[in-house]
Amino acid sequence: MWKYILKKLLLAIPVLLGITIIDYAIMSLAGSPLDMLAGPRITQENIALRAARWGLDQPVWVQYGRWLGEVLRGNLGFSYKSYQPVSELIGSHIGPTLLLMGVSSVLGFAIAIPAGIYSAVHRYKKRDYAVVSISFILSSVPGFFLALLLIYLFTVRLGWLPSGGMTTASVGGGFADVARHLVMPALVLAVGVAGTNIRYIRSSVLEIMGMDYLRTATAKGIGRRLVIRRHAFRNALLPIVTVIGMQIPVLFGGAVIVEQVFSWPGLGLVTMSAVTGRDYPVIMGVCLLSAVVVLVGNLLTDIVYALVDPTISY
Amino acid sequence: MAHGKRRGVWRRFCRHRVAVACLALLALMMLLALLAPLIAPYAPTKPVGQFAQPPGPGHLLGTDKIGRDVLSRNLYAMRVSLFVGLMATLISTAVGVLLGLVSGWFGGPADKAIMGFTDMVMSFPYILLVLVAAAIFQPGLKSIVLILGFVDWPGVARLVRGNVLSLKETNFAKSDVTAGLPGGYILFSEILPNTIAPVLVYATSVFALSILDEAALSFLGMGVQPPTPSLGNLLNGAESLSVLTGKPWLWVPAGTTIILLVVCINFVGDALRDALDPRNTE
Repeated sequence: MWKYILKKLLLAIPVLLGITIIDYAIMSLAGSPLDMLAGPRITQENIALRAARWGLDQPVWVQYGRWLGEVLRGNLGFSYKSYQPVSELIGSHIGPTLLLMGVSSVLGFAIAIPAGIYSAVHRYKKRDYAVVSISFILSSVPGFFLALLLIYLFTVRLGWLPSGGMTTASVGGGFADVARHLVMPALVLAVGVAGTNIRYIRSSVLEIMGMDYLRTATAKGIGRRLVIRRHAFRNALLPIVTVIGMQIPVLFGGAVIVEQVFSWPGLGLVTMSAVTGRDYPVIMGVCLLSAVVVLVGNLLTDIVYALVDPTISY
Repeated sequence: MAHGKRRGVWRRFCRHRVAVACLALLALMMLLALLAPLIAPYAPTKPVGQFAQPPGPGHLLGTDKIGRDVLSRNLYAMRVSLFVGLMATLISTAVGVLLGLVSGWFGGPADKAIMGFTDMVMSFPYILLVLVAAAIFQPGLKSIVLILGFVDWPGVARLVRGNVLSLKETNFAKSDVTAGLPGGYILFSEILPNTIAPVLVYATSVFALSILDEAALSFLGMGVQPPTPSLGNLLNGAESLSVLTGKPWLWVPAGTTIILLVVCINFVGDALRDALDPRNTE
């Protein structure tokens, strides 16, 4: 088992390096952050000085090499905008994003798993078609549009929920306050998660329902409920684990948009402002972090898979 | 033979009544988008009426804050969004099919390199890549097509590679090799046609996703740039509360259009999957 994990970890390193190289290349293709500085109040010498300080006067691969060297020493650099250390910037914004992603994925799968199983158990009946149709509709609504609809309903019409932010200044945070702010963004992301995953879960359960051992279990006459719970669901867990793993990059991406609409103070907001301001160190920091998160997610999926499925050899 | 097979596919497709209705609706919407220059009552980017006029006889869907006709803008927006979705799908499918064919057929180091790259692109938070790319290249119609096109291919590549790997083991492919037919001929005339069906189904979902992504990007201001209307940037104004509450005609039509388009594409794709599945032949 440990050897297996170690092997997977070693395999992840070149992928991670590759991702950072691609990131750096696209980012540098764009244009220099120095362009953003140009203006009547800044002199040519000043720009040259900045370029030298940020190392932007060097060729791209030298810049990348320097960046990588610093990262290996645990230094993600400083933001060009706020001069804050990138690690600090990420550290202070990662909490809200994780909270949002966590709550919405739990909520999304709490809808998707029972719905998918229900649909598979009643396959090719009206109920099945209804569930599948609903899942198509859920996954077809753009997140930002659903966000607008929710704001219209819950903030404007009913006045129940705040339209943005994470805390109310006058209340000053606290569990209930954050929860009230969390409802709408989490719901938007959860709808997306549920929409796409109902069909995955349905088809993975369906595949298992066709297996011989299930026919055997049914033939034993232990009752449909027990057949599904004991035999079908347990085996269907395997593909479901993979689906959950695959969801991490999707969730991270969705969070960027949702955070933007609801001004949720997470990494998505930081990313958007870094992207529009060409804040290289921050962009690279976020990309690195997300790549690590995704790879760790893949690794965990592989490990859980190996734990649950005895036929996988390491 | 081929003709009869195609008729069977169509018959199985028609068993999905919802999908048939969706296909008709989709065809209608595409027609409207195609004919937008002919049927739109006004030019989409010119002020033609009073500011922020509610729907009425002169302007069926009202006018926006600088007096442009909302119906005309929506028709053109649908045209732009469908164009972006279609082009992005074509590019990503072409790239994916090509890489998948090469990877599956040649195997070895080429396969390793291509699949490694595919995994890399796949394990990347998609929207982050798109955002970074959109910020870097001048945002606009052409760059959004290229960005979406070059981000969506990994799924197709994997699908095609898997199909090629299993088709390589079939007797017809083996006999082609034994007969000494050139590799290019086998690959493009024998293997490729046999993998078209799943690619087609997959392409429908890429099409739906591209439309959603274009909308999201344009909504964030990083996609199609105003004054060119797109379904996403028409919704951009709805972030202000006065528009959201007081002027629903500015955002409801565009939002509904996106949902309808994507729902219809998804239903058609699903029915197509069913109809093209060789296990379903009666």
